[in-house]
Amino acid sequence: MAIDSEVLVVGGGLAGLTSALAAARAGADTRLVSYKQSTLRHASGLVDVLGYTPDGDGPLADPFAAIPDLPDSHPYRTVGVDTVREAMALFDDAVPHYRGAHTDANALVPTHGGTVKPTARYPAGASAGVASDDRDALLVGFEALPDFDAPQAAAHLDAAGVPFDVRGATIRFPGDLRTDAKVTRYAKLLDADGAVPVDGRERPVREALAERVNAELDGEARVGFPAILGDDDAAGVREALADDLGAAVFEVPAGPPSLPGLRLEDALFDALDAAGASFETGNPVVDFDADGGRVERVFVEKNGARIPYAADQYVLATGGLVGKGVESDRERVREPIFDCHVAHADDRYEWFDDDAFGDHAFARFGVATDDSLRPEADDGSTEFENLRAAGSVLGGYDFAAEKSGSGVSIATGYAAGNAAAEETR
Amino acid sequence: MGSAPHIAVVGGGSTGSGVARDLAMRGFDVTLVEQGNLTHGTTGRMHGLLHSGGRYAVADQASARECIEENRVLRDIAAHCVEDTGGLFVKRPEDSEEYFQEKLAGCEACDIPAKVLSGEEARAMEPHLAGDVEKAIAVPDAAVDPFRLVVANAASAQEHGARIETHSTVTDVLVEDGEVVGIEVEHDSGPGKHVHGREGGTEEIRADHVVNAAGAWSGRIGDMAGVDVAVRPSKGVMTIMNVRQVDTVINRCRPKGDADIVVPHETTAILGTTDVEVDDPADYPEEQWEVDEMIDTLSELVPMLADARTIRSFWGVRPLYEPPDVGSDDPTDITRDFFLLDHADRDALPGMSTVVGGKLTTYRMMAESVADHVCERFGVDADCRTADVPLPGSEEFSVLRDYMDEFGLRSPIGRRSVERLGSRADDVLDTDDPNPVVCECEGVTRAELQDAIEQSGSDLNAARIRTRASMGNCQGGFCAHRMASELHGEYDEATARRAWDDLLQERWKGQRHALWGEQLSQAMLNYALHATTQNRDNDPADGDGLDFAAFDAGPAAARTDGGNRGD
Repeated sequence: MAIDSEVLVVGGGLAGLTSALAAARAGADTRLVSYKQSTLRHASGLVDVLGYTPDGDGPLADPFAAIPDLPDSHPYRTVGVDTVREAMALFDDAVPHYRGAHTDANALVPTHGGTVKPTARYPAGASAGVASDDRDALLVGFEALPDFDAPQAAAHLDAAGVPFDVRGATIRFPGDLRTDAKVTRYAKLLDADGAVPVDGRERPVREALAERVNAELDGEARVGFPAILGDDDAAGVREALADDLGAAVFEVPAGPPSLPGLRLEDALFDALDAAGASFETGNPVVDFDADGGRVERVFVEKNGARIPYAADQYVLATGGLVGKGVESDRERVREPIFDCHVAHADDRYEWFDDDAFGDHAFARFGVATDDSLRPEADDGSTEFENLRAAGSVLGGYDFAAEKSGSGVSIATGYAAGNAAAEETR
Repeated sequence: MGSAPHIAVVGGGSTGSGVARDLAMRGFDVTLVEQGNLTHGTTGRMHGLLHSGGRYAVADQASARECIEENRVLRDIAAHCVEDTGGLFVKRPEDSEEYFQEKLAGCEACDIPAKVLSGEEARAMEPHLAGDVEKAIAVPDAAVDPFRLVVANAASAQEHGARIETHSTVTDVLVEDGEVVGIEVEHDSGPGKHVHGREGGTEEIRADHVVNAAGAWSGRIGDMAGVDVAVRPSKGVMTIMNVRQVDTVINRCRPKGDADIVVPHETTAILGTTDVEVDDPADYPEEQWEVDEMIDTLSELVPMLADARTIRSFWGVRPLYEPPDVGSDDPTDITRDFFLLDHADRDALPGMSTVVGGKLTTYRMMAESVADHVCERFGVDADCRTADVPLPGSEEFSVLRDYMDEFGLRSPIGRRSVERLGSRADDVLDTDDPNPVVCECEGVTRAELQDAIEQSGSDLNAARIRTRASMGNCQGGFCAHRMASELHGEYDEATARRAWDDLLQERWKGQRHALWGEQLSQAMLNYALHATTQNRDNDPADGDGLDFAAFDAGPAAARTDGGNRGD
């Protein structure tokens, strides 16, 4: 007997989570299955909608205004700008610790290399760091954390012409964390305000850290740290530091493993739980049965057994090349679960550009869909009438160049989840 | 002798740096110039095989004898650059038995230790060898790190007073009264330590003798002096796998052909190669069929290669040379031996010699013969000591130590660092400051990178070849920005940013030939990290300035409470 639900979402990244959340809130009996850790841990935790046009114009001050002018094949055009706004409203409601909803304008948020990145939403922890805020800033890095070099980031921001004075200082993190401690180790220590040895006596870590930063502070109104300031109690950590420093405190988002990305993932799973959806992680969908043009069931591999999962409607949100929702070999690019069509040049030397940041065809690999996000075969016919796709498994857009990855995942996840729930009624 | 004769050496590959070391040790005043980084040309683009001589034991026994002799020398003087992998010549059912016997006899004739193994014995050594490999000949092949070797030679030359100028292109050979009297070079970014973006300049380097060791570019230098050096550049591909499928050098035991060798190298295995003559050593097609042939043909020897992950491919250009009267049509027929051309005798142009041909394994012997020749020219009576004096890093040293206690490094990282640094480990790793890992794939710490930057200046590709940082699976995806950060402080932000860009582009170049499967997934991840998170493709610092006021200045709450309350 198969495990039944009305809507089954395959994939636990931003698109899958949004899709399941939308379907569950629309009243469908919803289940989400995901395999590996999602790519959110690689991401900065910034939720971008559109930073640059496909032609490279930008940074765009208003991402929503640019959507109607995107090419027809772009997923945003498939769902339309109104749906993008509705989807962002769902996100804002589900993840209350994010900011940016007060305006349509993008924020320029400093990231760990010292550039600014256009983004529509950002964690509260990054909000005091936005580059259009003209208060002077001190960036603080830690000797043993090579991912964030504060003086270099400050000089880089200065080179970008930010409207405030910015300085960087590198300090030693108080205590005796070993040199290659993970960022989560710092975060847990700060969460617990654990005792650390400083000059032969035990001190609470937040106070000891603030003391070292205070020695560097020269009247700046805000202080930026690498994104390690707590995991479960990030707001509490920032508040305590801000009180001790007499300055606003913000985090500079960084690459993997990214605490802001992990915090976002946790928040979305909490929202999904609250919406009454069920989810299970850690096992791959390896196969499916179809009858005519409908998916009848998929098979999840668990401890060597193939467990059937049946649903009325399915959402494919397995990710792109990074998440392995799109795979390739020397001859071919494919979608590995349902073998949905993925358009690509036969010659693999046409998949890339010679410049590292050139116009890469591979960045746009993914399935093409009809207006209802149902994947289409090579001849334009619908692959399966009850299968929709969302997020990076979709083709036709380069999320890295456009800075549109989160927004496309949220918008198409929302649209696919809603459409799937609608069909079950 | 009054002041020592000044010798200008052109070329910072294994030959040029070997010549510089030898001459400096014999008391000459030496200046070495190289157009790119050390190893920029052929040396940095080879498979890393320290030949036993087995490959030449049938067709070119003179080369084979030189190889085994130098193989023994380098294990001694360059211990920290050599990994004693051993090598096998394996025979498949379709490969000729007659040739197998010739190979065995050739090894014996050339004094190369050789032992026949059954297929089972060979597979016991290398479990991933094909099941139908019938038998093999074991020889003392080894893996050598060409970067470490050349850097150590250059460092030794410097210790003996030589001046080493990288990123300095020879723009003219100065000829006065029918004699070469020096070279003119264009410094890409100022003389001395390489600094990205520093204004360069032209320098006339007067010399008592010029040694042209420019490898595939020797013909160009010859042209500048008005002499004909007919180098025949021949390209070959090398494809790098993400892991070591084999721990022994695997050669195909057949006369000649493409795709017949797998060399384990550090964390990777390198597949080689092709042999196609090209017109221009700096501009030739890098072709898909070459990569495909490596995988398809070498998987006949090691079947798992068919579906394994490759992380990049690169091409090298052999500086083949044969005397004008030989006239081989096929580049594979051209001898791998080396030639010393004395332009005084050959072209009535005193003041310059050219060394061409040869191979990395015999670089020291080539350098010795060049230095002998220069000594003879100047009546200098000094013995060659390069076969006896260990290179910096290869002095008496044990890598079997407790790095954890000594340097505070986790065991696998400490072991790898110390293997790379050899006897320099104490100098480099003994630091009071935190020494975090910067490149996780290759276990490279900050102290190693800082040491490399001190040697090579602000070129991150030069730091890369010294440390292997960014040369592992992720190809710089996770560490390129950290490496750039290591430059900052000593160098300003704009310099670090340019070096960062150059590193990203260089890493991309080789990955283009590995873009399918896992490595395409990695490439997309890297692109996302660099473009999405770091916005390096639209870096506002490189643009015309932004209208910051048009963007969100943050929620009002951020102005009053730092946005820290209420969530």
